[in-house]
Amino acid sequence: MTKLLRPYGDTTGDGMVQLSFTLPMPHDKTAEGAAQQLANKMGMDPALVVHAKPMGPDFTFFVVYGRVNHLVDPSQVVVVERDYPLLTPKEVNATVKRALRRRMVVVGGCIGTDAHTVGIDAILNIKGFAGEKGLEYYRELKVVNLGAQVAVPQLVERAIEEKADAVLVSQVVTQRDAHLLNTREMSAAFREAFPAERRPLLVVGGPRFDEAMADDLGVDRVFGRGTTPGEVASFMVHRITAS
Amino acid sequence: MVSTGSTTARTRATKVVKKLDLDPATVRKARTLARRVGKPIVDLARQHTTVSVERATLRLAGLSGADAEGTPWVNRLLDATRGDVGLEHGVSLPVWDALLRGEAEDLTTLAQKAAAGSVRFRLPEGRDANRAAAAARKQVGAGLRQVDRGRKERERLITRIGDAPRQPWIYLIVATGDIHEDIPQAQQAAREGADVIAVIRSTGQSLLDYVPEGATREGYAGTYATQENFRLMRAALDESSKELGRYVRLTNYASGLCMPEIAALAGLERLDMMLNDSMYGILFRDINPIRTFVDQRFSRQVHARAGIIINTGEDNYLTTADAVEAAHTVTVSQLLNEYFAKEAGLEDWQLGLGHAFEIDPAVPESFRLELAHAMLARELFPKAPLKWMPPTRHMTGDVFRGYLLDGFFNLAGALTGQGILLVGMMTEAVVTPWLSDRDLALQNVRYVMDAAGGLAEDFRPAPDGLIAERARVVLGEAIDLLERITAEPKGQWPPLFSAIADGTFGLMKRPPEGGRGLDGVARKAGTYLNPATEALDGVS
Repeated sequence: MTKLLRPYGDTTGDGMVQLSFTLPMPHDKTAEGAAQQLANKMGMDPALVVHAKPMGPDFTFFVVYGRVNHLVDPSQVVVVERDYPLLTPKEVNATVKRALRRRMVVVGGCIGTDAHTVGIDAILNIKGFAGEKGLEYYRELKVVNLGAQVAVPQLVERAIEEKADAVLVSQVVTQRDAHLLNTREMSAAFREAFPAERRPLLVVGGPRFDEAMADDLGVDRVFGRGTTPGEVASFMVHRITAS
Repeated sequence: MVSTGSTTARTRATKVVKKLDLDPATVRKARTLARRVGKPIVDLARQHTTVSVERATLRLAGLSGADAEGTPWVNRLLDATRGDVGLEHGVSLPVWDALLRGEAEDLTTLAQKAAAGSVRFRLPEGRDANRAAAAARKQVGAGLRQVDRGRKERERLITRIGDAPRQPWIYLIVATGDIHEDIPQAQQAAREGADVIAVIRSTGQSLLDYVPEGATREGYAGTYATQENFRLMRAALDESSKELGRYVRLTNYASGLCMPEIAALAGLERLDMMLNDSMYGILFRDINPIRTFVDQRFSRQVHARAGIIINTGEDNYLTTADAVEAAHTVTVSQLLNEYFAKEAGLEDWQLGLGHAFEIDPAVPESFRLELAHAMLARELFPKAPLKWMPPTRHMTGDVFRGYLLDGFFNLAGALTGQGILLVGMMTEAVVTPWLSDRDLALQNVRYVMDAAGGLAEDFRPAPDGLIAERARVVLGEAIDLLERITAEPKGQWPPLFSAIADGTFGLMKRPPEGGRGLDGVARKAGTYLNPATEALDGVS
């Protein structure tokens, strides 16, 4: 049983939200009225246009505060819950050693034309992310970081060469859903190159992914914004040592 | 040669007052070490040529256009000559020999015939070689004169219309993928206060071994760098410059596999600044180190001739390595970039050496550390218009916090006398900037510059304080690193190659024989001839 909620400004139940946007029209009283109209249509009532500023002759920027009467029901929210235990690096190492009796091989990179390695580096580099060390820090993990702009065939080739247990792919900057196209291309290539039981675990991550899309994309797991190296390591160990 | 520089940069440079009390002997030592590390690389670069250097030469000689599949004629012609006589003699002798033999009346026709396989190229000897060389020098020389005219035209426009009103110059990016969409955006950005417009390239372009042709409307996270796109944008900004009463500069990227060609096109079309880093391609695009250094030298020589200000890419190291731990690698790279630039003939006012505001804001005293790093760069390179890059790595999607961080970035820029300030966007890492993001970002810059633009005059870090001490430590670490590089065992490759292979810069490990584009490199034969490098070497 969860209770229904409204946004909180400074009083329980006040339903206050803030919104900013641009309208392609010159700044005048009509523009402010138009901004208010948009806010009303979005469910803000009353809507207070607190700031309107012309940006050149043809555009106006608005900040609007107002009340919404919508309720949210947290019990109706669907999320991908963590279905594996979160392990410390020590536990990850011990589990790998016991179950595989060799180091677990992880090959990672950014595919497509994405040159932003910040995501893959946060997970792989020793430096890590959010106070957690990256996978290179784990003694029982062998990490091969291919960096940016890796072609899918090159990724498959390296995965075969390194006998990868898991392949990590990051997509940070994307346009026109390129991250989804790239990921589908990648998962298809791995399915073609490996028999089902020998295929490495496929993990993708990046701020634009929807964590619920793993099946649709043909991968084993999708990680969204804010994922830490420990979560990725725990997931891989859980899946690889369980099989 | 032409030698009048940017007066703005020069005037400001004289105002730089020493505030960190760096030991001049230590600074000299740093430069000496940088020269020792850089020299073997320059030697290597002089001994080699690349497909792109040769294609750039053809472009300077006036060859442009592409076949029906979009493959440029310079690629067609180069591939054909290379197939017949190899790359090691350069493209000039076989090509102009073929023209003199009457195989075709001009370069385009020759390229078309070569692509169809109806011309055989040979390496001319004796008098034939001399005649071919003379013809090549004449035609390539005409291209270089066009570059010179562009430089004079820029100087004339700046005198007539006026220059950016103050430093730092405000640098804004447009990146729609469509040149016809970029143009109104760039003009609007200039109206809103941008002094420099950068057109971000389509991300994949650095790995293309050809320069696309014509005006382009489809790019990925950016717009293709093409000669026609350069021309269209420069013409549009000339209009804006007249409208606004100040010369608005245009920037693009001389990087990737076609760096020399793009540099040549930038010179021909009067671009004003080019991103041009000695090691960026190696580290972040996995382009072969030899290919990169050969292409680099040529492109810098062209920029020197064209009066283009280069922007180096040290900010990138800090997006992969930690901004505090790796601060000295930025200094080392700046010293190397300075050495390579000067060797190629660039003058101080053309050196937009890069650095960035990338320290984790959770680190105690992070702002003071940023000031220390920025002041160190300012004082090491007092006459260079430094390029100051905004936070990206610690922009989280919390746009409110990001806006504050950008304000501090701007303040650091004002306090440390930066020459070129890339405007930070609070929506970094969220979306490509919206119209309103850019407007808010410019308000942020304007507020800081109006409120504290002159604060540099009053600001003196305490001689034994955290800032001065930190600057000395970073310079010391930079010298240690340069010494370690010079101490690398003498092997087949220059010591800098071993350092790059070890992951010294940006934590990227790049071996000398790895990476893309090595197959486009050749060691010059005794018969090698290139009228462009001849003329450019004469300048430097």
